[in-house]
Amino acid sequence: MKLPCDVAGKVDAICDAHGNNPGELINILHEAQHLMGYLPEEMQKLIAGKLNIPVSKVYGVVTFYAFFTMTAKGKYPISVCMGTACYVRGGEKLLDEFKRVLGIDVGETTPDGRFSLDCLRCVGACGLAPVVMIGDKVYGRLQPVDVRRILEDLDA
Amino acid sequence: MKILTIGDLRTVRSEAVKKLMLREQSDSTVSEGSSGLDTGTARMQVLVCGGTGCKASSSRLIGERLKERLTEKGIADRVDVITTGCFGFCEKGPVVKIIPDNTFYTQVTPDDADDIVNDHIIGGRRVERLLYVDPKTGQSVSDSKHIDFYRKQMRVALRNCGFIDPENIEEYIARDGYSALADSLLHRTPEEVIDEVKRSGLRGRGGGGFPTGVKWGFARKSVSDVKYVVCNADEGDPGAFMDRSIMEGDPHSIVEAMAVCGYSIGSSEGLVYIRAEYPLAIHRLKTAIGQAREYGLLGENILGTGFSFDIEIRYGAGAFVCGEETALIHSMEGKRGEPTMKPPFPAESGYLGKPTNVNNVETLANIPVILTRGAEWFSSIGTEKSKGTKVFALAGKINNVGLIEVPMGTTLREVIYDIGGGIKGGKKFKAVQTGGPSGGCLTEKHLDIPIDFDNLVAEGSMMGSGGMIVMDEDDCMVSVARFYLDFTVEESCGKCTPCRIGNKRLLETLNKITDGRGTEEDLKTLSTLGKVIKDTALCGLGQTSPNPVLSTLNHFHDEYLEHVRDRKCRARQCKALLTYFINPASCIGCHLCAKNCPADAIIGDVRKPHVINPDKCIKCGMCMARCRFKAISVS
Repeated sequence: MKLPCDVAGKVDAICDAHGNNPGELINILHEAQHLMGYLPEEMQKLIAGKLNIPVSKVYGVVTFYAFFTMTAKGKYPISVCMGTACYVRGGEKLLDEFKRVLGIDVGETTPDGRFSLDCLRCVGACGLAPVVMIGDKVYGRLQPVDVRRILEDLDA
Repeated sequence: MKILTIGDLRTVRSEAVKKLMLREQSDSTVSEGSSGLDTGTARMQVLVCGGTGCKASSSRLIGERLKERLTEKGIADRVDVITTGCFGFCEKGPVVKIIPDNTFYTQVTPDDADDIVNDHIIGGRRVERLLYVDPKTGQSVSDSKHIDFYRKQMRVALRNCGFIDPENIEEYIARDGYSALADSLLHRTPEEVIDEVKRSGLRGRGGGGFPTGVKWGFARKSVSDVKYVVCNADEGDPGAFMDRSIMEGDPHSIVEAMAVCGYSIGSSEGLVYIRAEYPLAIHRLKTAIGQAREYGLLGENILGTGFSFDIEIRYGAGAFVCGEETALIHSMEGKRGEPTMKPPFPAESGYLGKPTNVNNVETLANIPVILTRGAEWFSSIGTEKSKGTKVFALAGKINNVGLIEVPMGTTLREVIYDIGGGIKGGKKFKAVQTGGPSGGCLTEKHLDIPIDFDNLVAEGSMMGSGGMIVMDEDDCMVSVARFYLDFTVEESCGKCTPCRIGNKRLLETLNKITDGRGTEEDLKTLSTLGKVIKDTALCGLGQTSPNPVLSTLNHFHDEYLEHVRDRKCRARQCKALLTYFINPASCIGCHLCAKNCPADAIIGDVRKPHVINPDKCIKCGMCMARCRFKAISVS
């Protein structure tokens, strides 16, 4: 897959803004991920070239940190909180229900590109546990029976 | 304005103190009556919680609505709406507090803005339905000082959270902010500052509990042209949000403490390593750094003393191991966050090979107040070897979820029953996990142990950063251990074998047990393997990762035995060990369960008792949740 021209230009600019300094790799990746919502292979190659480091090094960092992803997120990115507070209040059952209803596993996106499913560790809204984040919105005190309704509301 | 001298700081403070007077005065009194503009009150303030928890429940919209209504009524000039940091009482959020009568409104929605403005702010009558109701007495309570949740708390690190506007440096200055820095720069040598911190007995709040002053002393002694001060804000314990709340509610205390630390160890560069998952904390911290620069409290030649210091922000990217200081340093260098052997300690060779002092957020938040109120004051709080207070994120099966701060030495019973309000739904307390994935479970018999660093370690747990998850009779301890191991396996950096492979084997064994395939031999394996990992792993993450398994194995051995010997899970959590069935006497044949069963495992004619086909049942529990006649049971 080739990167769209404007994206490639922006990646270039981001690297330049950080002085093409390999020490800034994580900050560069944060900004680069913003462009397309994920870090495709081609983008990593481009960054490696700019910083004059092996692609394996960039890939090593991308795969080490949970925040970086190499798959495109859905239109509605769903993150189920798997912090301990949510876990003891039924977070896992909630996740199972999302998996079942959407027919995808954690880290995957539905074929139509609408929904992607992920886990996250603590949003800090433990008073509302169990919590699910869809985009920027936090849904609290959810039960598995609420899952279908929420997805339908989003799609409406 | 630019603060160039101590005189300038005093001028700014005396002006700012006047603005904060209304809040200070009402904070020091207990209010019985309520006030309103029509009943003779000249000025009022509305404090709206702007912490992440309350924001998730649209607290920002509450603030906007209040402002709109006040403007419509033409009284916006007499009533300020102020967004503060976290009040701590997340269970009852969003929280709104009215000054000067200290009325504490809970679970407020944007639609309540009308009543708050019309009835209370103008009319001077409290909105009764928004008041907290004490579950013990059934009476509503208007002043937070009378709420059990707050009664036993002592707010030192959280002193400004929920009180000041975190995005206003002057409110921080009014609360003696930056006076510790000014005093250190003008009247104390670096050694004297370090000595004061040492005498206070402050120990690192991030997990290990190493004496902070001693750490600073090491960094001071290292000789180098450049040294670094690092604030570890990579709060990775799932279910803990102490550091985030401090950064959101009182970011200037971190900025000030880092500058003091810089002066003490001889550094002019500070770095905050913060999780990218904390957008609000990042925003508040950036704002605070920007304001401190603007006021001349960061930058070149601070207060004309020749001391220069500035702070940069570095982002974490979601790796629990980066809470370990050597891993954190590698991550700041743009590398994979893998830990390295100590020594050399960061105090000798840290960021870019230079001496580096790493402190946790809560540790730093204590520094300014130790210096302004003195080491003696601080060390008078707490136990013999653990001084001061500790912030805990209280969560799980407890009535009052929230952020609390108590003196060291408070018992678990006081925390869980007095402050936390007991177990949710009147269930029976089973265990409390402290220290997150590195800690262990404490049980009923530990309830009266005073909480401090050493007591918790002696009982097989640890203080950790302050996560405290309460569990009740419905929680399966084997599953809880598996949950934490699952986390550790995912977060292990893979550098050393004991952690990478050992924890994986521990997790597999736990999975085997919860799947109903375990043997008594497996319990022995868990115990020996766990001890080997503790003894041989490279870093703190690996060395503590078996703790949840070992401590549950120790305190809940019977429960493990039931899983492997009787194939039973008393908490009814381990799916493989459960059978769902319908009680024919209670089932009226409404067919609702069958309609909702995702596996088509329920059969039966309408108006006749249904049955579950155990071969098809996926044990999701949907039928039980949907049944209106309590006809479905699980064994």
